[in-house]
Parts: sequence; C-alpha cells; structure tokens
Amino acid sequence: MKPAELRNLGIGAVLVALAAIFPLVNDGYWLSIATTAMMYIALSTSWSLFSGPTHLIALSTAAFFGIGGYLVGTGMSDYDTSFWSMAILAPLVATAVALLIGLATLRLSGVYFVIFTLGLAEMIRNLVSWVQNNFLGSRGLYVLTDFTEAHIYWMLLGVSVVVFLFGWWINRSRLGFALKIIGNDEEVARHVGINTAWSKVILFMSTGFFAALIGAIVAPRYSYIEPNVVFSPQLSFLVVIMALLGGTHRLWGPLVGVIPFTLAWEAISVSFPNSTTLFLGLSFLIIVYVLPDGFTGLLEKFTRRAAK
Amino acid sequence: MDILLSGLLLSGTYALIAMGLNLQYGVARIMNLANGEMLVLGGLAAFWMYTAAALSPLLTALIAAPLAFSGNWLLYRYLLLPLVRRAKTQGQLEVDSILATFGMSFALVGIMVSIHGEYFTYSYLAEPFKILGQTVALNRLVAFIVAIGIGGGLYYWLTHTYQGTAVRAVSVSTEAAGLVGINVERVSAFAFALGGAVTAVGGTLISTFITLEASVGVIFTMKALIIIIMGGVGDIRGAIVAAVILGLVETTVASVIDPGLTLVAAYVIFLAILLFRPQGLFGRRA
Repeated sequence: MKPAELRNLGIGAVLVALAAIFPLVNDGYWLSIATTAMMYIALSTSWSLFSGPTHLIALSTAAFFGIGGYLVGTGMSDYDTSFWSMAILAPLVATAVALLIGLATLRLSGVYFVIFTLGLAEMIRNLVSWVQNNFLGSRGLYVLTDFTEAHIYWMLLGVSVVVFLFGWWINRSRLGFALKIIGNDEEVARHVGINTAWSKVILFMSTGFFAALIGAIVAPRYSYIEPNVVFSPQLSFLVVIMALLGGTHRLWGPLVGVIPFTLAWEAISVSFPNSTTLFLGLSFLIIVYVLPDGFTGLLEKFTRRAAK
Repeated sequence: MDILLSGLLLSGTYALIAMGLNLQYGVARIMNLANGEMLVLGGLAAFWMYTAAALSPLLTALIAAPLAFSGNWLLYRYLLLPLVRRAKTQGQLEVDSILATFGMSFALVGIMVSIHGEYFTYSYLAEPFKILGQTVALNRLVAFIVAIGIGGGLYYWLTHTYQGTAVRAVSVSTEAAGLVGINVERVSAFAFALGGAVTAVGGTLISTFITLEASVGVIFTMKALIIIIMGGVGDIRGAIVAAVILGLVETTVASVIDPGLTLVAAYVIFLAILLFRPQGLFGRRA
C-alpha cells in the first residue's frame, strides 16, 4: 500500500469511529436524520460504483430496495421466517433479478437500459400488488423486531463500510480498470478484449445486492410494509441526485452530496411538503447546468487553480 | 371483438404520442423524458378550459398546439441546445439530456400539482355509439379519428414536402444534412417544438377518455418509448404498428386479467423486443 492510501485508510477509520459513536450522543431527532443519511450514503455510493464509470443512469434503486423491504415483510408476516434469513435471501433475489435485467439490456445501447429501469419499480409494484391481492390475500405485512433506531443505524454504517471497501477493491481490480475503459470508449474496450457486457452486468448486480440489503435492513423502520411505500420511485431519483451532486468520479464523492442534500430535503419536506417534486426537478437542472462534475469536481477545479 | 375495437381506438392516440416523441428523439436527438408531462399539460389544459369555460377539448387542442410549440421551442433553444453544443460525444449528450429532461419533468409535475393536485375529472362525449354492431364510447372514437387525421397529415408532410424531407434528412444524419445545406440546429429546434405540440394535442385527446392527474406523465413517457423502440427509432410506419400492438395487448390484459397490470404487459413486450428484435420491428441489424 502506498502512503497516500494508508493515510486515506486512517482518515476513513477515524470517520467510521466517529460515525459509530453518534447514536450515543443523540438518540432522537438527529439520529433519525443520521440513519436516513447513512442509508443514502450506502445507496448512492454503491450506485455510483456502477453508474460513475459507465455513465449509465440506473433508476433501479427503488426496485431493488423494494424487493428487500417487501421480502422481509412478506417473509416475516406470511411465512414466519426470521428477519435474518430474509435479510440474507432478499439481496440474493435482487442480485438474480439484476442479472436478468443486465443480460437483457446491457448488451444494447445505454438508452435502453435507462428506459428499462425508469419504470421498473412501478412495474414490480403493480405486479406485487396484483399477486398479493389475488393469491396471498393478506394485505398487512408487519415487520416487528426488537431493533432500535441505533441498531438500524449501526447496521447501515456496517453496510456503508463494506460498500466503500468493495469500491476501493473494484478500483484496484482488473474489473474496475475495464469499466473505466468502457466508460471512456466502449469501442476501444471491446477491441482490447474486454467483455464489456459482462463487466457491466457484474457491477450492476452488486448495486442490486446492496440496494436490496439496505431495503431489508430499513424495513423494521417502517414496521408496516406496503408495496406503495417500499417501491416508491422517488427513491431512485434521490439516489441519483445525491450521487451526482457529490460527484461520481471519486469514491467519497457521493458522501459529500448526501449529507447536505439529506438536510435540505428534510427541511423542505417539513416546511414546504407540497414543493418537494419541484425541488427535485430544480436539483436535476442545477446538476446539469451548474455542477456537471458535482461538488468534488468543483473542489478539484479550485485546488488545481490554486496550484497554478 | 369488443377488446379488439377498443384496443384499436386506444392505439390511435398512442401512435400520435409516439410520433411526437419520435420527432424529438429521432430528429432532434434529445431523449425527452419530460414528454409525458407535456401530454399531461395538454390534458390539464383541456380539463381547465372545459370546466371553466365549457370549451370542447377539440378547440382546446387548437389553442394548446401553438402554445406547446412555442414552449418547446424555447426549451430547446435555451436549455437543450447549450447541452448539444457542449457535448463532445453522443453518449455525453444522452446523459445530459436525460438528466436535464428529468429535471424539467419533475419541475413540471411540481408546478401542475400546485395548480391542480387532484384528478382531472370531466366528462366529454361520454355517450355510447354504435359502430360495426359494437358499442363504443363516442369520445374514444372521436379521439381516434382526430389522432389519425393529425398523424396522417404529419406523415404526408414528412414524406411529401420539402421541409418534411429536410426533417427526415436530419434524422438520418446530422452531418450529411449539414453538408447539403440544411440548417441542422433550426430543423432540430423545429422538430423538437413540433414533437412537443403533437404530444400536447395527444394529451388533450387522451384526457377525454382517460382520467389524468399531475404525476401520471412518466407512465405515458414509458409507453411512448416502448412504442418507439419497438417500431425502430425514426420509423413512423413501425411506430404505428407498435402502437397498435401495445394498444391491443394492454386492452386485452386489462379486460381479461386485471387493469392494474397494463404496465406489466408493456414491460413484457419491451423485454421481448430487447431480447429478439432490438433494432425494431422493421429495422435491419446494424
């Protein structure tokens, strides 16, 4: 390991330690905000591992997140399984779904993939509601556990650490290198012998895995699971905005976007509950026209200028 | 037979909407994900004029078309053209336009919710009409006839006039079109604006028989995209066949299985197209 990497690892460890003691400092309102932020940190970091290098805007987060939450709900309510077995099963199911979607769409032009993921959460929600109404009968899915907010927060922190380590490993691996080439020029990548479709599919599966795992962990927070809640398409867009706001070309980029955006989103949801959609739209426009490389891009531009 | 007829009537409006998006994506090369919101705006205008001034949606369409045309022209000129000029590659433009039109889409939904947050419920020509021994709702039939009329006119314009040919030339290749003296930026702006106007008119028509609400636009964007991909980008004939297929399949699923599954049906078609004919129904493999 190079000294710079060791330094980054040290900074990371200190940050994780600080984040881990947060619930001991505050266990009320701020812990609930921090839990939400931690959820988005894990989601958007894992999102940008795939969408950052490939430039493919995946809008599937809500679908995988919903699979996680819904499976935990239906498993615990209808089949009396434990939370843990469903939390293990759900990410595997989502990974398999991601594999199928990836195989069908990622071999083709990127637009098809974006369009396919655009309506995915809504489509799965319709399908799940139909199956539930016609075959399962029961409407209410309860997720009753002994977890407190702090437990969920710590689990999410653990997932975030795993996502970061995974991202760090990917960046060093052959797969990460291949993805960077694919993102720069897919034609070149194919000519140097990279299996472009498979590289993309594998990384897409990892975002599916993590999103479902996070959905499963967060499910006890809702206690009552409904398809409308866990498959809310808005989640996909929030994750995209937060990741792009921070910048996707650095592993820690999304983190920089999540924290301010979560606070702003919370403030707007409380004070102007009817304007959240408008705010979402304006955020997208700001990213495209003002901050195309996110906060990290802006930061790097300034440091480069200062260095000159 | 009943299903066949109502599916066919529905597909007329679908074909019109897909034509609008085809002009925007096929010619101006902007993947406009705010297309469905333009449709809902058309529906909102029809609802508004009907409840406030008892104006027929068909007349509203006449007013909405030029308004949507100018609105979309301005959108293209001041928000999207800078992205076209900034983009180094087609891929870059695709990502930028997807994100920018998401922004527009959410902003429009936000604005529409603040104008009218509930369903756009009104009743226009909701009376039975006998045709071919079957009873259909008159508003569906009228919407179908108007959609076919506009779509046919558009098709004639594209294939038989000088300007229409220029538009088609840009859709084939921007570089070659520029070489033969076509002002590509102007034609693209015109095609984008025209596409928006066609979509808004489609929205006023569809609002006479489907109850819309502010946030339903994305479903129509999805459907229009599926039709375009199924028909092949830029292929109007393909889009019409695709619209008929989607209309029939959706109506069949809605009446035989469950109305809540129309989007699932659309996805099944989409998946089949991606797996077996990604180049479109009539497209040749590149």
